[in-house]
Amino acid sequence: MSEWWTYSLSDFLMFSSRSYYRLIESYNAAIWPAHLLALVAGIIVIGAIARPRQHLRRSAGLVLAAAWGWVAWAYQLERYAEINTAAPYFAAAFAVQALLLCWLTHRLGNAAPAPQPAALGLAGLAVFAYPLLALARDNGEWRQAEVFGIAPDPTVMATLGVLLAWRAPAIFWLIPVSWCLVSGATLMELKIGHAWLLPALALTAVLARIMGSKTPRNLNSTANPRS
Amino acid sequence: MPPTSPSRRHLLASMIAASGGLALSPLLAAAPPAPLLTRPIPSTGEQLPVIGLGSWITFNVGRDPQGRRESVDVMRQFFAGGGRLIDSSPMYGSAQDVIGEAVQALKPARLFAADKVWVSGSARGVAQVEASRKLWRVPRFDLLQVHNLLSWDEHLPILLAMKREGRLRYVGITTSEGRRHAEIEKIMASQPIDFVQISYNALDRDVEQRILPLARERKIGVIVNRPFRQGDLTQALAGKPLPGWAADIGCTTWAQALLKFIVSHPAVTCAIPATSSVAHVRENLLAGTGSMPDEALRKRIAQDVERLA
Repeated sequence: MSEWWTYSLSDFLMFSSRSYYRLIESYNAAIWPAHLLALVAGIIVIGAIARPRQHLRRSAGLVLAAAWGWVAWAYQLERYAEINTAAPYFAAAFAVQALLLCWLTHRLGNAAPAPQPAALGLAGLAVFAYPLLALARDNGEWRQAEVFGIAPDPTVMATLGVLLAWRAPAIFWLIPVSWCLVSGATLMELKIGHAWLLPALALTAVLARIMGSKTPRNLNSTANPRS
Repeated sequence: MPPTSPSRRHLLASMIAASGGLALSPLLAAAPPAPLLTRPIPSTGEQLPVIGLGSWITFNVGRDPQGRRESVDVMRQFFAGGGRLIDSSPMYGSAQDVIGEAVQALKPARLFAADKVWVSGSARGVAQVEASRKLWRVPRFDLLQVHNLLSWDEHLPILLAMKREGRLRYVGITTSEGRRHAEIEKIMASQPIDFVQISYNALDRDVEQRILPLARERKIGVIVNRPFRQGDLTQALAGKPLPGWAADIGCTTWAQALLKFIVSHPAVTCAIPATSSVAHVRENLLAGTGSMPDEALRKRIAQDVERLA
């Protein structure tokens, strides 16, 4: 694209908030009652942060990887791509993150990290509070709820919690944090009130991770892969 | 020269309507109370209604059945009100397919199909044009424009060849938001194009300096996009009382005043407001009827909008 610097964010927004949330609504309707399964998956992820036993953490890692893979295919590629020409690239990024999460799960060590309130808070918000934002939005309704494991934003938010809890290295953060910026910018252009939320939480998680890295490394299970 | 004048066809339509002929003609019965004004396309003299229909964002509704029904309703109202030109682009997501669905359902007799080529490389451009044509469900496009000048030197020769071969009626270039005006001028001065599409409204008036005069000089039609700054302008003016001059030119809303400001410029062929609302398409079409502001009033409109927005 020539003279790309002359473009503003609004030049790349090619759909209305109405089309965006209707897409989520029809997506929810098409896969219901998969949301119940997603809720169970979300509780597993929260449980893995609250009680970081090895089998629970492995389950949570695989749940997260599956969620990213599902969102890549069912949401980004099959639905979001209808209204956003960039969605196939997002799908590829989500698929890569699914693989990264599999790798992260595989390299989990035996040492359990201490539960972190910030990580628990992020995952809890993602699973239980984020869907409620649909009701807080102007003209929003519960059928447009964004649910962990189904919609990208709460899935990414819960992932940030897990990455924080597991003190994952920077490479695992790259795609989730990038998505937070992309999603925040999109919602800002759509003039959605909570547009700031995801970028703010990503920033909080990154800062918490940086602060956490100053603590002794023997707490960092991901730094002690199985040999 | 007066800012605009109705074509003879519309004067005739007005006379028939005034004499009671309206009830006899299904074509005229579908028209708004006053005839939609037209402007000649400078390169051919073909008359084109001064209000067209854009599709950026508004028709990109994906597979949503309700969104598609609403879009078809908007286009139904547009055609019923005398509108002809619909503008789209491969960049607009599902908009081309949504327009194609309406074209198939409504079978408009006088559609003026305006689309764009938006890809790097001439070979890919040809393939894209054909893919777009299939989505529109039309035998050929009336107008194809190089979107935002992307690879314009590769696409223009091909589009001009298509025109020579009768596979296309008009060729143009587009920009938006005031980008690359120097290059637009260069192409307007050197290439045999029929249309240029630019952003123009009561606040963004840079094109009045060079591009609009050049368009008149070179007999190039002007299509105006983003007449409301993508809704920001009408939103900024919402709730502000219309000044007294609005009634003089038959405006009951700011949107109509903003459109009349644009289409009353003598170089402008038509404006293409985009909307997903049937009520708004009616309102927009009304802006293309009745009396238009003269130069003095145009200046006043611009001043008032600048002051209030």
